[in-house]
Amino acid sequence: MYVAVKGGEVAIDNAHSWMSEIRRGDTSIPNITLDQISEQLTLGVDRVMSEGSLYDKDLAALAIKQSRGDLIEAIFLLRAYRTTLTRFSYSKPVNTANMTCLRRISATFKDIPGGQKLGPTFDYTHRLLDFKLLAENESPISPTKKYNDNKMPHVLSFLNQEDLMQNEKDNNLDPIDITREPISYPTSRSARLQALSRGDEGFLLGLAYSTQRGYARNHAFVGELRIGIVDIELYIPELGFEINVAEIILTECETVNQFQGSKIEPPQFTRGYGLVFGQTERKALAMALIDRALRWKELGEDYSGAPAQDEEFVISHCDNIQATGFLEHIKLPHYVDFQSELELIRKIRADAKVNMKR
Amino acid sequence: MIEKRKSWMSLLATSNQSDLLNLWEQKKIRVNYIWLRTPEIGSIMAQGRMGVTGDKFNIGEVTITRCSLKLNCGTIGHSYVQGRSKKKAEISALCDALMQTKMSKEINKNIIIPLEKIKKDNKHKILSKAEATKVDFFTLVRGESD
Repeated sequence: MYVAVKGGEVAIDNAHSWMSEIRRGDTSIPNITLDQISEQLTLGVDRVMSEGSLYDKDLAALAIKQSRGDLIEAIFLLRAYRTTLTRFSYSKPVNTANMTCLRRISATFKDIPGGQKLGPTFDYTHRLLDFKLLAENESPISPTKKYNDNKMPHVLSFLNQEDLMQNEKDNNLDPIDITREPISYPTSRSARLQALSRGDEGFLLGLAYSTQRGYARNHAFVGELRIGIVDIELYIPELGFEINVAEIILTECETVNQFQGSKIEPPQFTRGYGLVFGQTERKALAMALIDRALRWKELGEDYSGAPAQDEEFVISHCDNIQATGFLEHIKLPHYVDFQSELELIRKIRADAKVNMKR
Repeated sequence: MIEKRKSWMSLLATSNQSDLLNLWEQKKIRVNYIWLRTPEIGSIMAQGRMGVTGDKFNIGEVTITRCSLKLNCGTIGHSYVQGRSKKKAEISALCDALMQTKMSKEINKNIIIPLEKIKKDNKHKILSKAEATKVDFFTLVRGESD
């Protein structure tokens, strides 16, 4: 049993005051502005929005500033704020086929309608420190090119046509909302995808990597990765029609995985799916690999005991706010708990000594 | 009418807050109105589909501000806008109401059309930058001896 402590208010206030002072840093250096964070540390902002599960760039930037760049702390702040908001409604499902793509690539097909567009990527850079960035006031302008307003259909839809790819059917099922009801196991793919979309990038990365190394065999190809702007459509009850209420950046990843077939189905490719707020492709890719690994039961595959196949293990540990809350609470005073442990061990040792003498 | 209204409400909702505020302030439009619902900050849950075409699932929430008001002439304006700006929600609801009155031409010319242009330019910029990164990969044939 945890027994609370009292006191220490002045020390706590002073500790927080010092933290604030240190957060500000050297006052001869200009204070960092939220605009600077949301414009120049965009991928950090995107990570905070996705794992904070709230799309709001200004708030994510504020959280990053307040947390001194500790992104998990920033995610915590955003999640806490999120709980104070009135939930108006649910959007219509986003139509990612209509995405205005900044980036769109496929590792499975070279020539795809709409083309492969690398977009603003770190891929193919040499990962060498760029000392040019030390010089201030750089304002690079990138080239543009005339485009045809070609549609960008999903690459894997072509495999669908040949029936080589498992078709993802809309069965009109209502999704579980893990912010409204606690997850119970076994759970549904909708709950898993929601948990993964806001799950910790590092945890998902490690698990996805484990599947590549052989813990749950699912060799994945990146069928398509796209990043871009989508409209969020909402039905407005007082008007009786839908409008676009928001434009957000999403990263979507579809992997192609083999499926050996079963007694009732011939071999076919199957999908892993990742869909995440912001430009977050490492996370979306990891999410797709884990989604696929977790689908073993539905596809009638063997359970090999791999962590990435164990939905209870994955889903109950992928949330970094739950994890850090429980982990970090052991720093708080546990004097009474420990006192009882101490008394117990003294008693056991004393008894043991008596027994040894006999 | 509904299609047009959907279009301007969507445009107002997704506009950049400072763009909208600047355009509104420039015109110095003064109208009297009463609140039916004062600006309220909340969220909506964005949904996606499993594997693009499958069943729905929840991705995460997006901040939204909404309000409703009534002009002196009785016309009602609503807004649901992205973000947490009460001012943006208020101006959007005013524009929505005014677009249904005889001031619609003026609002359209000075606010809706400029916002449309900004949106179009942004999209054009993204698509033309993306086009410049279009890549033609070609596969190399392995030099296998037969």
